[in-house]
Amino acid sequence: MPISSRNDYHDLPDQGGHFGPYGGLFVAETLMEPLAELRAAYERYMGDADFLAELDNDLASYVGRPSPLYFAERLSRETGGARIFLKREDLNHTGAHKVNNTVGQALLAKRMGKTRIIAETGAGQHGVATATVAARLGFECVVYMGAVDIARQEANVYRMKLLGAKVVAVDSGSRTLKDALNEAMRDWVTNIDNTFYIIGTVAGPHPYPVMVRDFQSVIGREARQQIFAQAGRGPDALVACVGGGSNAIGLFYPFLSDEGVGIYGVEAAGEGLATGRHAAPLCAGKSGVLHGNRTYLMQDENGQIIETHSISAGLDYPGVGPEHAWLKDTGRASYVAVTDEEALDAFHQLTRTEGIIPALESSHAIAFATRLAAGMTPDQIVLVNLSGRGDKDMHTVASLDGIKI
Amino acid sequence: MSRISDCFRHLAARHKTALIGFITAGDPEPGITVPLMHAMADAGADIIELGVPFSDPMADGPVIQRANERALRHGVSLRDVMDMVREFRMGNQDTPVVLMGYLNPVEALGYAAFASQAKDSGVDGVITVDMPPEEAGEYLTAMRSEGVDAIFLLAPTSGQQRISGICKAASGFVYYVSLKGTTGAATPVIGEVAAKVSEIRKHTNLPVGVGFGIKDPESAQAMAQVGDAVIVGSVLVSKIENSLDDPQAITPAVVRILSDMRSAMDLI
Ligand SMILES: Cc1ncc(COP(=O)(O)O)c(C=O)c1O
Repeated sequence: MPISSRNDYHDLPDQGGHFGPYGGLFVAETLMEPLAELRAAYERYMGDADFLAELDNDLASYVGRPSPLYFAERLSRETGGARIFLKREDLNHTGAHKVNNTVGQALLAKRMGKTRIIAETGAGQHGVATATVAARLGFECVVYMGAVDIARQEANVYRMKLLGAKVVAVDSGSRTLKDALNEAMRDWVTNIDNTFYIIGTVAGPHPYPVMVRDFQSVIGREARQQIFAQAGRGPDALVACVGGGSNAIGLFYPFLSDEGVGIYGVEAAGEGLATGRHAAPLCAGKSGVLHGNRTYLMQDENGQIIETHSISAGLDYPGVGPEHAWLKDTGRASYVAVTDEEALDAFHQLTRTEGIIPALESSHAIAFATRLAAGMTPDQIVLVNLSGRGDKDMHTVASLDGIKI
Repeated sequence: MSRISDCFRHLAARHKTALIGFITAGDPEPGITVPLMHAMADAGADIIELGVPFSDPMADGPVIQRANERALRHGVSLRDVMDMVREFRMGNQDTPVVLMGYLNPVEALGYAAFASQAKDSGVDGVITVDMPPEEAGEYLTAMRSEGVDAIFLLAPTSGQQRISGICKAASGFVYYVSLKGTTGAATPVIGEVAAKVSEIRKHTNLPVGVGFGIKDPESAQAMAQVGDAVIVGSVLVSKIENSLDDPQAITPAVVRILSDMRSAMDLI
């Protein structure tokens, strides 16, 4: 389907939640009316001045927005090419972009009169961001997490418990993020009356992909103003890592109509796309239906979802938000992949040159950004979403270096 | 006339309620499925519902999730399941078979190919749990052109408008999910189910099946007074699971519970 005018990007999704052939609403019947209620509440409050004022206030005084846009001068010099700017989502409360969305959805839950919050989590960042807002608003909170992820993200499990959340280990399927999402859906279908399900990325059935995008778009709106204020011009390229795709769409969305801006989403190539051990559905998967929407998926020839691999738990997901699938097919955005090893190198490089320890997820974006910038000129600008900080990854990186902490 | 509507017509003539038994195809291994289907039909199952294994069975409780995992360990695919139905048909031309599964394996095969292969192998109806009528345009066209019944679920949360729309899209029968939850969850409250089923009947003349949470002959009997069909799944699958160490015991255990349910239902 051709894009006939630049504004088309902002007209999507349609009423049914479709981005071209992607997205939509593929769930069991029991969830159809609850999702319709959620959609109605969401549409109502996104036009409600009181709600938006409360959201803005929370983003400023609780999350710490706006997050800075930082010129990474030494990294740029070492790279030798375009100037690299970092959008510092790592400086948000709880250490990642995830909280932009949980603050928004929790306010919506409060307006809808729900008393119980559930969430799925992979790396634990979304779980922590959910447990945090639940503590603040006095909600009961249950977080589903794959048993494999619980073992590799102990610190975040403890943080969630400190915050008063119950963390439920999911032992089915591959025992990772996708199974946690299945289990959260099962909880939701059972406890619909009092429960609000906060999905952590731009996946899931309509309206989640559009709702999470809208809550995360604050990243791109701020970045757009900041780059013009600081550099006197817009960026030549945007770069963000893509797990489910929420930090990426949050940065990209406000720039979609800026025709000169190149847009790059970076997936996890794990041990290499050729090995099959990766988490790159846009680069190496095909279209299918999972978790309530149609999108690119990692699947076998029989339509079974296959296990993913990435050094970063937050990118370890076999699907991707449907809007990214659409942006790929239309050519408006390009999707590339970075291996575990390249991401680790970037992790160390940013830490060394700028004194910023990035999350392993964000390190994928840094790795591609330096590769891209190296082929550009110093008058050009690459703007990277630094989606989170690396504190949660200390154990993973240390153990690769043979150090036990 | 489809096998499904024939089946309901014959039962209605004898004032009987249909008993629909569900097992996951290929659980615990592919060789058992066809003989088990024959045994279920002999034990009084009027319709057999065959679960198509999927890696992410979001609407299922732990019992059926584990059945999916057992079948997938043997690589059981949608094509394999249709082959099982083809084999079943060699010895049984009458008992309707309904496939119940998730959309992605169907997407991977393609709607048209799926519908024609299903028809070819002797499948009578298809329930695709995560395919609501809103998204089902092409899917319905494919099923209708092959004469395969597209069966849809209704839930306690379904309002008037949805009930009416779904009844229009459905054929064969409509499947009322008797509680908010996954398969195998708590026992539904009979009064609430009765109220909803009579609401559904205002919108359709199709038979109404009631399923989810029916565990024993007593609850089967109670539901038989409300619906045109009683659908039992997790209880059968848990009999299979309890006999994993002794595969010989699987068929007798499934047969026993089905016959007990059949007898209890026939008392009314
Ligand atoms: C720091 C960070 N970045 C990125 C992601 C990936 O999620 P998304 O693609 O939705 O931004 C995660 C997920 O846990 C994360 O913690």
